[in-house]
Amino acid sequence: MTILRIQNLGKAYKRYFSHWARLAEWCLPSSRPRHHVHWALQDVNCEIRHGEAIGIVGMNGAGKSTLLKIIAGTTQPSSGSIEMNGRIAALLELGMGFHPDFTGRQNVVMAGQLFGFLVEEIKAILPEIEAFAEIGDYIDQPVRTYSSGMLMRLAFAVATAQRPDLLIVDEALSVGDSYFQHKSFRRIRTFRDEGTTLLLVSHDRSAIQSICDRVIVLHDGKVVKEGPAEEAMDFYHALLAARDVKLIRQERQTYGKVQTISGGGEVTVSEIRLLTEDGKPVEAIETGTNVRLEITARVNKPVSEAVMGFMIKDRLGQIMYGINSYRMGQTIEHLTAGEQMVFCFQFAMNLGKGNYSITTAISKMDSHLADNYEWCDGGVIFSVLNTKKADFAGSVSLDATLSVQRLSVSPEAKQDDKS
Amino acid sequence: MVNTQIKAIWSYRGFIWGSVQREFQSRYRNSLLGSFWAILTPLATILIYTLIFSRLMQVRLPGMNDTLAYSIYLCAGILTWGLFAEIIGRCQTVFLENANMIKKLTFPRICLPVIVVLNAGLNFLIIFGLFLSFLVLVGKFPGWVIVALPPVLIIQIALAIGLGVSLGIINVFFRDVGQFIAIVLQFWFWFTPIVYPASVLPESILPWYRLNPMVSVVSAYQSILLYGQWPQWSTLVPATLIAISVCLLAIALYRRRAGEMVDEI
Repeated sequence: MTILRIQNLGKAYKRYFSHWARLAEWCLPSSRPRHHVHWALQDVNCEIRHGEAIGIVGMNGAGKSTLLKIIAGTTQPSSGSIEMNGRIAALLELGMGFHPDFTGRQNVVMAGQLFGFLVEEIKAILPEIEAFAEIGDYIDQPVRTYSSGMLMRLAFAVATAQRPDLLIVDEALSVGDSYFQHKSFRRIRTFRDEGTTLLLVSHDRSAIQSICDRVIVLHDGKVVKEGPAEEAMDFYHALLAARDVKLIRQERQTYGKVQTISGGGEVTVSEIRLLTEDGKPVEAIETGTNVRLEITARVNKPVSEAVMGFMIKDRLGQIMYGINSYRMGQTIEHLTAGEQMVFCFQFAMNLGKGNYSITTAISKMDSHLADNYEWCDGGVIFSVLNTKKADFAGSVSLDATLSVQRLSVSPEAKQDDKS
Repeated sequence: MVNTQIKAIWSYRGFIWGSVQREFQSRYRNSLLGSFWAILTPLATILIYTLIFSRLMQVRLPGMNDTLAYSIYLCAGILTWGLFAEIIGRCQTVFLENANMIKKLTFPRICLPVIVVLNAGLNFLIIFGLFLSFLVLVGKFPGWVIVALPPVLIIQIALAIGLGVSLGIINVFFRDVGQFIAIVLQFWFWFTPIVYPASVLPESILPWYRLNPMVSVVSAYQSILLYGQWPQWSTLVPATLIAISVCLLAIALYRRRAGEMVDEI
C-alpha cells in the first residue's frame, strides 16, 4: 500500500527585483511578470510504500529541506501533487513552540495541542512521555531551567509519543547523551518494525545503508538517482567529487554489483587485479596473507601530475583502509597521452571475514574533490576467509596472542575466604 | 474553503484555547499585580482624558452637564475602540510574529488570528464587565437597551477581523504596512467621536466624517450606554456592508496568498 505518492512535484520561489516590482505585479494583474522564478525542486516523482525506509541524500542546497517541508506540509508545492495517507511526525524541529516560562508538563500539553490532540488525549499519554524523557521532577519546572539535553529529550518524547505512519528523521537529530541516543533510535526501530515508514535524511553512509531499503539522491532540485542503498550511495559519493551528473555512469557487473564511475576521464583505470603473492588472481583470500593489488591506468589526455589511490570498503560502505601514491611519497608527473601505468600495491590482508569492495581513484592532488580524473566505486569485489586463525570478531585482525598465568592461592588467603 | 477552515479551527480548538490561556497567563506571569494591569492601563487613559477634556477644556455633551456623563461617554468609545485597535494591531503582525512556527510546523494558519481575536475579546470582556458593574453601582445602568450591544459589537469585530487579517497578509509581503497602520489608527481614533462629541465639528467636514464606519458604530455604543436609547439601526448599514466586504477581501487574500506567505516570512 502506498503511503506517499509524489507526482511531478515542483517548488519555485519567486524572486522580485524590488518590492516595488511585487507591488506593481499585485496591482496590475494583466501586466508582464516582474519576477524571475527559481526552482528549488523540479519534477520529483516518487512512491513510498508502507513500512519502507527511504534515505534522502544530496549536497547542501540540493532541495532536501524543501522536499521534507513539502512532505511535512509546512510549504505548499508550486506544481505537481502530493498524496499522503496517514499521520506524519517530523523530528526536524524538536522543541519548536516550547515556551520557556511554562513547566515541562504545560509545554507537553501545548505541543500536543499543536499536533492537533485534545487535552484529554494528551493527559492519557503524559505518564509515558514523562517516563521516556527521564527528566524526573523537572517536569514541573519551567523549561528555561532545563539543560539543552533535557529539552531535547522531552521534545523527542512528545514528538514520538504516538506511533506515526510516516516518520521524518533528520541526521542532525542528536538527542542528548549516547544513552538517550540509543534509546531514541531503539524507539525509531520499534516504530519501523510496527509498520512506520521512515524517511531518513543523512550524510552518514553507514547509517543510511544499515537502515534504508532505498535511497533517493537529489541534485539541483531533481532526483538524479533512486535505487538500492549501496548503489545510490556510490552514486552520491561520485556526485560529491564530480559535481555533475553527466560525468557519472553506473554499470551493472556480471556479479550483480553496480560499478559507479565518475570523473573527467583524463586518466582512467583499465584493469584492477587482486593477486596472491605469487601472482595468481584471487577472489577469496585467507585473512593475514600477503596480496598484490595491480591497477593499470591509461592516460587519455596529457596532465601535469596524477595521484593514484585505492580504498577497501566493507559491505556497509565503511572505509577499512585507503592510501594513495602521493601519501606514499611517489609523485607521477608529466603524463603524456597514450601512456600506460601499472601501480602495484602490496599489503597483508589483515581484515576480518566478510565481503569487501575496492574503490580506485585517480586525481590531480591528494584529495579527489578537486580535479578528479576518475573515481570508480565497486570495481573489484572480494571476500576474506578465516579458516586458519582463531575466529575473531570485527573487521581488523590485530593478531592478539594470549598467555594465561594461574596464580596459586596462599594458605592465608584461603583462611580469609572462610572467615 | 471556508468550510474546511472552520473544520480546521474546530479540530485545533485545543491548541487555540490553550494558546489563549497561555498568552493571558504569560502576559502577567512575572508581575506582582498580575491581571490587575489589564484594568489599570485603560483606567489611566480614561482618567487622563476625563481630567483634560471635561475639567480643563470644559467639553460639554449636549443635554448632559456632569463629569460622570462625560466619563461614561468616553468609556463607551475608548473601551470598544481599544478592542478594535487591538484586533487590527495584533492581526497585522500575527503572521510575522509566529514566523518560526509557521515555517517549521504544520497546523492551520487560520488558528493564529483566531487566537488573537479571542485574546482581545477576553481582555475586552474583563474591562467591559467592570465598566458595566460600575454603571450598576452608580445607578446609570441603561437597562434592557443593553441587548443592542452584541449586534453592534459583532459588526465592529467583523470589521476589525477583516481589516486585520487582510493587513496581516499584506504586511508579510510589504512590511511598510505595519508602520503605516500605526499612524492611520491614530488619525482614525481622533476622526471618530470618542473623546469629543460630534457636535463640536464644523459643518463642512461632516460629509467626510460620515464615510468613517466607526462613527456610526461608536455613536451606537454611546446612545446605548449613555442615553439608554436604541441605536439608529439604519446608520449602521454602511458599516455592516464595509465589514462584510473587508471580510470577503480577507478570505480572498488568504486563499490566494497563504501558500506564498510561508516562503516570504
